[in-house]
Amino acid sequence: MKDKLEQIRASVERALHDADAMDALENIRIKYMGKKGELTAVLKGMGKLSPEERPKIGALANEIRNRLEKEIDDRKTAIMTALEEKKLKDEMIDVTMPGRKNAEGKLHPLTQVKNELAEIFMGMGFSIADGPEVEYDYYNFEALNIPKNHPARDEQDTFYIADNIVLRTQTSGMQVRVMEKTKPPIRVIAPGKVYRSDTQDATHSPVFHQIEGLVVDKNITMADLKGTLEMFVKKLYGEQTRVRFRPHHFPFTEPSAEMDYSCFNCGGKGCSVCKGEGWIEILGCGMVHPKVLANCGIDPEEYTGFAFGIGLERIAMGKYSINDLRLFFENDMRFLKQF
Amino acid sequence: MNLPMSWLSDYTDITGVTPKEYADRITMSGSKVEGVKNLGADIDKVVVGKVLSCEDHPDSDHLHVCMVDVGEEEPIQIVCGAPNVASGQKVPVALNGSTLPGGIKIKKGKLRGVMSNGMICAADEMGIDSSRLGYEPEYGILVLPEEAEIGSDLKDLFGLNENVVEFEITSNRPDCFSIIGLARETAATFGKPFNVPKPKFEEKDGDIKDMISVNISDKDKCKRYTARVVKNVKIAPSPKWMRERLEASGVRAINNIVDITNYVLLEYGQPMHAFDIRDLKGAAINVRRAAPGEVIKTLDEEDRKLTENDLVIADAERAVAIAGVMGGFNSEIKDDTTTVVFESAMFDAASVRLTAQRVGLRTESSARFEKGLDYHNTVPAINRACELVEELCCGENVKGMIDIMGNVEEPVEIEFRPEKINAFLGTDISEEEMIKIFDALEIKVEGNKLYPPSFRPDLLAEADIAEEVARFYGYDRIPTTLMSGATTTGIKTPEQKTQSEIEETLLAQGMYEIYTYTFESPSVADKLGLPEESPLRNQVRIRNPLGEDTSVMRTTMAGSMLDILSRNYNHRAKSARLFEIGRVYIPTEEGQLPDEKPTLMLGMFGGVDFYDIKGAVEEVFKKLHIDNVDYERVTDDPTYHPGRTARIIVNGRYAGIIGEVHPAVLRRYEIGARAYIGELDFRVIHNASNKRDIKYTPLTRFPAVTRDFSILIDRITPVAEIEKVMKKAAGKLLTQLELVEVYTGEQIADDKKSVMYKAQFRAPDRSLTGEEADNLHSKIVKGLLTQLGAELR
Repeated sequence: MKDKLEQIRASVERALHDADAMDALENIRIKYMGKKGELTAVLKGMGKLSPEERPKIGALANEIRNRLEKEIDDRKTAIMTALEEKKLKDEMIDVTMPGRKNAEGKLHPLTQVKNELAEIFMGMGFSIADGPEVEYDYYNFEALNIPKNHPARDEQDTFYIADNIVLRTQTSGMQVRVMEKTKPPIRVIAPGKVYRSDTQDATHSPVFHQIEGLVVDKNITMADLKGTLEMFVKKLYGEQTRVRFRPHHFPFTEPSAEMDYSCFNCGGKGCSVCKGEGWIEILGCGMVHPKVLANCGIDPEEYTGFAFGIGLERIAMGKYSINDLRLFFENDMRFLKQF
Repeated sequence: MNLPMSWLSDYTDITGVTPKEYADRITMSGSKVEGVKNLGADIDKVVVGKVLSCEDHPDSDHLHVCMVDVGEEEPIQIVCGAPNVASGQKVPVALNGSTLPGGIKIKKGKLRGVMSNGMICAADEMGIDSSRLGYEPEYGILVLPEEAEIGSDLKDLFGLNENVVEFEITSNRPDCFSIIGLARETAATFGKPFNVPKPKFEEKDGDIKDMISVNISDKDKCKRYTARVVKNVKIAPSPKWMRERLEASGVRAINNIVDITNYVLLEYGQPMHAFDIRDLKGAAINVRRAAPGEVIKTLDEEDRKLTENDLVIADAERAVAIAGVMGGFNSEIKDDTTTVVFESAMFDAASVRLTAQRVGLRTESSARFEKGLDYHNTVPAINRACELVEELCCGENVKGMIDIMGNVEEPVEIEFRPEKINAFLGTDISEEEMIKIFDALEIKVEGNKLYPPSFRPDLLAEADIAEEVARFYGYDRIPTTLMSGATTTGIKTPEQKTQSEIEETLLAQGMYEIYTYTFESPSVADKLGLPEESPLRNQVRIRNPLGEDTSVMRTTMAGSMLDILSRNYNHRAKSARLFEIGRVYIPTEEGQLPDEKPTLMLGMFGGVDFYDIKGAVEEVFKKLHIDNVDYERVTDDPTYHPGRTARIIVNGRYAGIIGEVHPAVLRRYEIGARAYIGELDFRVIHNASNKRDIKYTPLTRFPAVTRDFSILIDRITPVAEIEKVMKKAAGKLLTQLELVEVYTGEQIADDKKSVMYKAQFRAPDRSLTGEEADNLHSKIVKGLLTQLGAELR
């Protein structure tokens, strides 16, 4: 009996030594330890042994079986590991090839800039208003202290629809519309299309976009105007940006100013982007003219305010180094995909 | 407005201030500098030389070899080809290494074997013309006057070492359209004294009243008319200093009398005119309105037709000038003019502006009048002209002056409240400092009242005064503060939120946003195939469009989208998926604003079909929680393919249209691929969006049972019909219905299609039995067979 067991052990070890695949191992297991296997048969024959022999042979048989099982498992693991390694090696891909995308579209660069500006102002408590592009002369001019025959009307070549209706030349008319409807405190921006009868070229377009801003409340000062717009520019171009306010003239603000910011490219030393000036003009602004407040039924002795107007294209062109305004309206896919 | 910097020294002193520094500081006090130009910037190393000898070139029939003294130790040899060069002349010499206008560099070199160390220059080679010279130069080199100093810089000789500051003058500051006005701003900016000398001259014999009469018949349009007479006039070129100042300012010199009027216009900002008294019939000046259709030939020899709203200067018979715009050809100053009438007048700003516009003439004079001039300025200006006549010795000033007033506005009075100004600006400026600023600007202070000078029509109220204080105190010295007071919240309106959500959804669908023009050609309606009676042909028209192509406001965005699809197709883009949320402009009543309807426009081509554009729309509806949507077949919209177009109905309301573009329209837009567009009414979509009404549905624990349906049905039956029948037959237990496949082709009759659905049944409160599911299946099949004539496959 004992010899038989030793014989089985020896032949299994030989067989294992030769086995190099999963199915060969499985066959060995079935041959010796399956229901009808040789080792199983030996264990089944234990009953015939004497009570003295039975524990010794039983222990030996179990030891052999455990060893064989472990041996087979180890061999199986080894083969599986080798197989997996080979598979992983075979599955090598070129990781430098482009990724597969869920092709998302993009917002037009002017919308991206508008959103960026709107978010900054919303963070400062401004809400967003919207108004008509085909506008009464009254809102576009008269109420803004630009009466008929005022020379300022020549500076903005106007498209007329009727005697009393124009395509708005500026978003400033929104100041009046907002003030007529809302009582102070007012903090509002109004983005939108404006129209001037300029022939299209690299720097002119008969349609372009502005963002108007308006603040009206008690005790609003020119220092507030400076502080608010400086904060806006620092949020747009970074904390290191400096601003300057130059006196200017708009009929509907007094005092009026144009705001420049230190060139984003050279930081103010002067370069080709800022034409050597170190400054880039970004917006026009001023304290709301008392006449305009009065035209809207707001008492200028009690309330003051400031207003500003930003050209969207100008900012987008600076930000993205775009040198031709027409690109915005051509909507070439090769252009749209860049932003 | 061009300011030659040297001219400032007549009224103030800014010695030592560099042009750059000047430009920076004057800009910051409110007079914006566009640029500073040095007149001689492109001329370098050109000096006065004297031709010592001039001999024929040994090897040429026209060249000369000259020895020229240029102020160096030794004379230099120059080969010169000009026929007029001669020994003893003073000439301009471009030395070796010099620069001439146009970037021309002069280097020494051999000419036909003879060394030439420079070039003797002609006037035009130095950019010098008759206006600066005062005469027409002869052909060849420019011969300089004998007193020119040998070796001196030619730029000094011709006043080219001048810095000219170019200002952008805003419409509210007519006073800055003058050298004196700019000098006043300069003095105030730099804190320097400012003084305009009072013109002095001698009135010779005679009496103006015997020579001319003046009458103003429209005292609203002519607010003042001042005239003086000069006799024994000798017309000649003006002196060098005057020509150089005019030239530097961008005005051509003509002759002494005309130059004097232009000089005073620049200096005082007061337009002037000079008439030849011989041409004033009846020795009379009448300031009147033109007769309707009256024609006058202006100085530029063009006939101008006038209306009764235009003001003219007339003699006893005819118009001799358009008031404030341009003089008449019939009374201009001629070489033999001997007696001159100077006019210095003040015309109504709006009237001059409209007349200038009407006749299409914008002159130095009209540009000033239309901004509103100071009627106090007519007398000093005309006196300055007489002073210059005396200085130039070109005539004798006749005794007396005619000065007639029209209707003028009273000067304003403004309350002076320093504390209010400080509160407005957010500053703490002392009253004394404010008064110092007012003094420099000639604003009179009397107690708590301010009286702006008459040349400042822009100073009308306290805010205007605050600006003056701010400008000269310095905008940069005003502190920066953040607003105090009530807080406000910055949030988007519901419409803006809807718009953002639509944008996000379409971006995720791979669509790109575009921006298009809102006006278009009326012919777009034809390109889109719109019928004659289409309401979309009723458009808002621009009265003064840039051209026919941009003359009407769009009533549909289809044309704009097709333009962009076409552009991309023709730029060889393989595909494009685009959208825009824009406006269309629907006319309302005459004299009223149109309805600007916000519109969502979609467009695509390249690797897409109808179901891609529909999918994009469906995703938008899903995002906005709009579920009551029907798509109805449209067969008769001429812009769209009759078999591949749907009208979109949301909550029973028309919300828009999507479809394949009709091949005829594609041809007209030169798009060589199938394209799909959709146009949706933003307001309907926004109003149907019901995100606020979302309520959670409990998740059931009970399993679902699925059953497949495979039917054969008439090809034209829309799946929407099939689904309607199935849903109705199954009731609430049908929780999901998935269209697996629609098949036409082999083994299916031509008028039939095979449709496969997978249905899911689930009860919220129990497990459905197989039997129940089978019953539901039967009910559905029965409905399909009886109501739609379907067959089971």
